[in-house]
Amino acid sequence: MIFRENGQYAATYAKDMRIFRLREDRVAVAVLLVVAFVVVPLVANDYWLSSIFTLFLIFSLAALGLNLLTGYCGQLSLGHAAFMAVGAYAAFNFAVRLETPVLFNFIGAGLVTAAAGFVFALPSLRIKGFYLAVTTLSAQFFIEWLFVSFSWFSAGSMMGAIDTPPMRILGWAVETPRDKYLLTLGVVTVLALLAKNLTRGEIGRSWMAIRDLDVAAEIMGVRLFPYKLLAFAVSSFYAGVAGALYAFCYLGSVEVTAFELALSFRLLGMVIIGGLGTIMGSFLGAGFIVLLPIFISITVAAFATRGLTDFLSNLELIVFGGLIIFFLIVEPYGLARLWHTTKEKLRLWPFPY
Amino acid sequence: MVDEFWFAMEVLISGLLQGFMYSLVAIGFVLIIKSSGVFNFAQGSMCLFAALGFVSFWEAGLNFWVALGLALVMMIVLAVVIERVVLRPLVARPPLILFMATIGLAFLLEGLAQALWGTQPHGLELGIPDSPLEGLPVDISQFELFAAAISLLLVLALVIFFHRTRVGRALRAVSDDHEAAMSVGISLQMMWGITWAIAGGVALVAGIMWGTRLGVQYSLTLIVLKALAVLILGGFNSITGAVVAGLIIGGSEKLVEVYLNIIFGIGGVESFFAYALAMFVLLFRPYGLFGDEIIDRV
Amino acid sequence: MIRALHMRLLYSLALLPSALLLALAGSAVAVDVQDDEQFVPILIYRTGPFAAGGSGIMGGFEDYMSLLNERDGGLDGVKLVWEECETAYNTDRGIECYERLKNKGKYGAPVMHPLSTGITYALIERATRDKIPIVSLGYGRTDATDGTVFPYIFPLITNYWSQSTAKIRYIASREGGEDKLKGLKIVNLHLKHPYGIETIPILDVMAEKFGFEVTHLPVPWPGIDQKSLWLLIKRIKPDWVINRNWGVSCTVPLREAARIGFSREKILGVWWCGSEEDVVPAGKAAIGYISTNFHGVGRDFPVIQDILEHVYGKMMGNISSTRVGSVYYNRGIIFGIVTMEAMRLAHTKYGNRPIGGQEMQWALENLDITESRIEEIGATGLISPLKTSWRDHEGGGKVLIQQWNGTKWVRISDWIEPYADLVRDMIKKSAAKYAKDKGITPRTKPEEGI
Repeated sequence: MIFRENGQYAATYAKDMRIFRLREDRVAVAVLLVVAFVVVPLVANDYWLSSIFTLFLIFSLAALGLNLLTGYCGQLSLGHAAFMAVGAYAAFNFAVRLETPVLFNFIGAGLVTAAAGFVFALPSLRIKGFYLAVTTLSAQFFIEWLFVSFSWFSAGSMMGAIDTPPMRILGWAVETPRDKYLLTLGVVTVLALLAKNLTRGEIGRSWMAIRDLDVAAEIMGVRLFPYKLLAFAVSSFYAGVAGALYAFCYLGSVEVTAFELALSFRLLGMVIIGGLGTIMGSFLGAGFIVLLPIFISITVAAFATRGLTDFLSNLELIVFGGLIIFFLIVEPYGLARLWHTTKEKLRLWPFPY
Repeated sequence: MVDEFWFAMEVLISGLLQGFMYSLVAIGFVLIIKSSGVFNFAQGSMCLFAALGFVSFWEAGLNFWVALGLALVMMIVLAVVIERVVLRPLVARPPLILFMATIGLAFLLEGLAQALWGTQPHGLELGIPDSPLEGLPVDISQFELFAAAISLLLVLALVIFFHRTRVGRALRAVSDDHEAAMSVGISLQMMWGITWAIAGGVALVAGIMWGTRLGVQYSLTLIVLKALAVLILGGFNSITGAVVAGLIIGGSEKLVEVYLNIIFGIGGVESFFAYALAMFVLLFRPYGLFGDEIIDRV
Repeated sequence: MIRALHMRLLYSLALLPSALLLALAGSAVAVDVQDDEQFVPILIYRTGPFAAGGSGIMGGFEDYMSLLNERDGGLDGVKLVWEECETAYNTDRGIECYERLKNKGKYGAPVMHPLSTGITYALIERATRDKIPIVSLGYGRTDATDGTVFPYIFPLITNYWSQSTAKIRYIASREGGEDKLKGLKIVNLHLKHPYGIETIPILDVMAEKFGFEVTHLPVPWPGIDQKSLWLLIKRIKPDWVINRNWGVSCTVPLREAARIGFSREKILGVWWCGSEEDVVPAGKAAIGYISTNFHGVGRDFPVIQDILEHVYGKMMGNISSTRVGSVYYNRGIIFGIVTMEAMRLAHTKYGNRPIGGQEMQWALENLDITESRIEEIGATGLISPLKTSWRDHEGGGKVLIQQWNGTKWVRISDWIEPYADLVRDMIKKSAAKYAKDKGITPRTKPEEGI
């Protein structure tokens, strides 16, 4: 019995409806936030901040967006990398053409992407499941094609590449890896809380009803079309903001290939492995897909000896693919479920049940 | 004017022949979806694996047919292993989970193929001349006719297999209703193993046909991209659909690419045209041209 | 059910920390750099569609360093050590590699070769802040040639725009003079991809200057199906086709050309479409195909003979010995020569000790590899002379043309000069746009060293 949850009574509705109803959860979240906002920036070096944590947060946000669509509303998308590109290019255009404030650019990027997502969502009422997934590939290829074909989107760059201007928020120049990490963390925290709330309310419940069985949901009075469109729009909004962060806080100069099809598949992988229909799963999944190959690569690099390197590079792929299959077999509902089970176990420990 | 007409014909015919090449890949997907409901993203990697294995056996000095047989045996073994290690533990899981597992499988197979046989591209010549047939107003490559013939033969063989053999009938029973099939004593595992083995064989053929074009190298895995559009246009569970859709996409995308370029100077639309077309058709027929309609019941 | 849960948990919980532990153990035993050793980071890709390029080039680079270690006891007595990092040709993996390796050794990483245009882009800002020069030899960002705006980026020897002008000069020489270019039809068959579209403006400028007609035909990514383009080419009936692709999309045009009977000798490839790996898969269809290159091919150079003797003779090779002398391999030797010559120059200023990023930047801006120095290295004909300045980060290297005869690449031209003045203006304009977007004030004088 590591911790107990009994004895915590909610005396008012407001208390009962809090995001984190249990004291333990509140403490855990508070500790996590303190660690993320204070301890990590103080302790971590550039390597961890800029190439691990920032990347992890950005992909978590993109995965979170996709999870709202796939995990909560049950609609598949293989075009989310392209939606990230829309966000990045939109934020760039706001920044260079209109010179608007940074945070406004990010929100604007999200809104523009939401509009793009809305358009590509229109077939979703007729087309379902994997059929829909494959049609969203048209978004992926069309958007890539668009940005390479018309240099207007990159303000006249000959390669369709964008160079993000320096950022300044109310006198805070966002320059060092630490600044960029903190900015990313701030945006991700706010949006993650928003998402958590969204999924607990009417919208989230309607989405879940659609996911579980759309015909049944319709009979119960959930209007499918507006809710599906909304799911695509909100999900694209998240992807757009993530794309803008990816360009501004991580890459600096970007060409369209940074948002290629493979990234769309990686995002889907994050959502499935992390846990469909969980906010936390998006983070765990991003950790798995982004960080695991890096850890494998570091491990493998240690054994690199002459003549073996080719094999070891391929071993990375084999191990990564094998681990994906392994985790799906041991826990098909994702890493978030694993965490849930661990909590159950700890509650009863040391008794098995 | 006459020249213009023949040019348009040549574009169309080349596109149709190219369509057969797409169908070859799409058929592999259809087979697996039909029997086990799995959307097998690893089909492209299986093409790579099969073709790379075949070329390596052939280059090692084996007779062509021996190498082909060996590669086929290899794909059968692979199918059995996949069924045992990946599919059996995941039986009755949601389709999305199985789809993800095949993505993992794709990584694994790509790594394995390159670890076993290296990353250097291999040339592959089957000895069929890639030159135009003589005496025709349009140029039609002999090799492409050959490729088209192979895919038609393959489809014919599969149709006969599914409709005229015991195992084929059992496979159809499984795809219709696997619980009912099990209750009459059909072994699900056995049937899945067989379908994956057949899909492996189709991957070998597709890998070789595309390999003679591109060389046998990692990029073979990219052939699935266009095949996915063919797949949804034809419908997930129809082999005929895969062939018809391949022809439609092949023909129309060549015409569109060529004439957009000539008339408006816009190029490169081929990268998304197939998907846009499929999406448009799906708006009217949400399960593709030949796919089975899924009826939702509450 | 409960038991099953139990087992699942056990499996997973045991696996995660052990993976972490293994990774930590790994990072602890990774290459250990002594204070008096020169560390060189190697970003490489050995998997995926472009693996031949990654492994070939970096294999050559490593072999050249092995040669210096084995034959000369290091560079000016400083032993060279290196660590590989697999980028998988993936931008964020590349950044991770950069961050992982940038602080190794007492003075940090002296230079980075990202070996991918996408990674080069993403490193511009980081490397400039960290003061680590990025050398993108024969790829990367063309306008970075302007050293006043990009102090730490070096597209050395020759960039894509220079190359394109050199191609036109070569075509002119084959047609019998610049005036014969008038009325010629040239097709620019390029990948619809940031890398592919980069040379469109320079070709347009030249088309106007010399009066030839250029048609840009975009190859839809990934370029495995180029049928419609070759039908168009058949219709256009061009005199020359420029093959500006990458990976498998380089190979496909050769077979398509053979099918419609377009002479392979009139297809002129970019240097990323001019390796053995690009033509072998096309078989007989590739015979006669020509491509540009910025270095010699084959094994007939003293430096490569030395590598065979001192490195492969001791079984110390970093790549399969059959690939020694191939195009990508020799390109790796060029990477090695240029990097090591810059380090040697830095040694004359800072002493014979490991070199850091800022010192290397000075050296790269003052590089002068002369004909006689090239002979000393044993690389005559392998590399053209090169001289950089704080304004010019390219160095004015020249281009040569090679032809595939069915078994090997054969050099068929002298070193060809680009039309430098044409390229210069366009680079200035493009770099100025970058400076404006990024809010950078261009340098007006070189940095004072350290």
